[in-house]
Amino acid sequence: MSIRLSQIDKTYGNKGRGSKGRGSKGHGHKDDGRTRALEPIDLDIHDGELIGLLGPSGSGKTTLLRIVAGLEQADGGTIHFGEREVTHVHVRDRRIGFVFQHYALFRHMSVFDNVAFGLTAMPRSQRPSSGEIRTRVMQLLEMVRLQDFAERFPAQLSGGQQQRVSLARALALKPDVLLLDEPFGALDAKVRQELRRWLRHLHEELHFTSLFVTHDQEEALELSDRVVVMSNGRVEQIATPDTLYRQPANRFVFEFLGDVNRLEGDIEDEVLTCGNARVAVPGVEDGRRELLLRPHEIRLDDQPGPRAHLPVSVTAVVPVGAEVRIELEADWLGEPWLATISHADFERLAITRGKRLYAQPSRLHRFDTPRPQTLAPLSIS
Amino acid sequence: MIRIGDAPSVRRLLIGIALTLTALLLLLPLVAIFAQALMSGIDVYWQNLSDTYTLAAIGLTLLVAVITVPVNLIFGVFLAWLVTRFAFPGRRLLQTLIDIPFAVSPVVAGLVYLLLYGRNGWLGGWLDAHDIQIMFAWPGIVLVTVFVTCPFVARELIPLMQAQGSREEEAAVTLGASGWTIFRRVTLPNIRHALLYGVILTNARAVGEFGAVSVVAGAIRGQTNTLPLQVEQLYQDYNTVGAFTSASLLALLALLTLAAKAALEWRAARRETAT
Repeated sequence: MSIRLSQIDKTYGNKGRGSKGRGSKGHGHKDDGRTRALEPIDLDIHDGELIGLLGPSGSGKTTLLRIVAGLEQADGGTIHFGEREVTHVHVRDRRIGFVFQHYALFRHMSVFDNVAFGLTAMPRSQRPSSGEIRTRVMQLLEMVRLQDFAERFPAQLSGGQQQRVSLARALALKPDVLLLDEPFGALDAKVRQELRRWLRHLHEELHFTSLFVTHDQEEALELSDRVVVMSNGRVEQIATPDTLYRQPANRFVFEFLGDVNRLEGDIEDEVLTCGNARVAVPGVEDGRRELLLRPHEIRLDDQPGPRAHLPVSVTAVVPVGAEVRIELEADWLGEPWLATISHADFERLAITRGKRLYAQPSRLHRFDTPRPQTLAPLSIS
Repeated sequence: MIRIGDAPSVRRLLIGIALTLTALLLLLPLVAIFAQALMSGIDVYWQNLSDTYTLAAIGLTLLVAVITVPVNLIFGVFLAWLVTRFAFPGRRLLQTLIDIPFAVSPVVAGLVYLLLYGRNGWLGGWLDAHDIQIMFAWPGIVLVTVFVTCPFVARELIPLMQAQGSREEEAAVTLGASGWTIFRRVTLPNIRHALLYGVILTNARAVGEFGAVSVVAGAIRGQTNTLPLQVEQLYQDYNTVGAFTSASLLALLALLTLAAKAALEWRAARRETAT
């Protein structure tokens, strides 16, 4: 089922209007002491899509999710699920499944009763027979691979298991829309990875439309069909993970999606100078400018190149993982740079702490123009 | 580093002092009550117990408890739910106001009720004209007891419900449950221990309240005497054995309350370790 939001906005007041205090941390403040949680937002989610809402804490992503769920009311705008307008439909009638960050399992009920809750809470006239409920619940538990845990209580399960129960519970009523609030936020890295992969599978199998909130860039990029990047109650960009990473709409998105190195200097005749460092910046007008680059867009060499003279010294080396992470410092640098290079290069250059090298930026990004630009200083244009 | 308690002799001394004080201050009076009550033998005890006025006092005390406990149970749950689940102007103030009955002396509470409902009181004239008697009758006793005991349940529930948050209730509502279903199947089971504890405390206080009740009861023997008032009156009449007989009933009730409380805490602790 598709979801269509149009002009949804929300302001938390100091008084009145059912503000719950929660979720109002650090949004943009208005002059009158009220807090703007969401600027008017439009969002179209297609049937069967898996959408990630990504942003730092206080960006309004959880507020938006709770508004879609009906757990909070927007001040204005409309919400449609398919053709059905649900703006003023109560949560319990919206036919959504909601998964909470801290699972929110009913602590005094067994796993079975937790999953069965939605079915047993139906009015008697619509409620399936207890046999049907049993079959359905066991099916769901099998799906989340917890069929042997039906009689356990939530406190007896690990975090990952609890979140799977919570997912089974949310899916028990075959919701039109599945909403997940930081579903893996409270889990350790390994379980997180496993659950992520598993949710992706489940999604491909069952094809529910779903919207999940996360502050973890990797999670958003790995799971989502499209990602909605938010900050300060605004949507910064809506795009596929690939586009988002390659063509960030603005500086915020670029910085939020990964590590960023900064290079600031004066440009004259297409050359940026900063202390004793120089680099060619084809096509950039004269003046003081700031350019950004990713760690993997730095190449290291033991000699300066013809188009870049950026002397740096190595201050830290982390040779763990697919790449080697190297911290670089120089007099002309305000804050240290982070570079990731291959193990082959690492060995070839025999990098140790304190070694002096030359950085060669393969790409430089600028966001001070109306549209972001990417330069390739090493290739001759 | 040596702490004071590390030396065995000091430790033994401290424990000894604590135990002696407990025995002197807490245990001895309790024993004395039963000793005094049974001083003239079990027959006299029964005789005193089956005295018409004493029986009336027992009946009235039970009536007060039977009305007070459910009223404050509902009121306390409602208040705790309101304060912990909603944000509204005056919420803080309400939380403070709950404590008024604890803060004021029960005698003052009794006097205020007398001022309001007494014959010359603000509402008293109207009530008198309609032939409704509240003061110096059981409704007045119930009213002040409800007032004095109303914080117990709410005070037990509010911190717990604040700590638990409303996540489970939110989960229930997304699963389509109605308000009543959520309360019955999610909220209530989570607070039942604290609720029971609050009820026990409310009951203990409702049965034992003296100050406020003595102001509004008017001490009409056999009609408006609750057990604590009866104890006092018998003692004034130089009927020491009779006074202590009634007192022993109150003491027994207190012991039962403590046992119930201990049992609840023990069960809660066992649940904690089991999970």
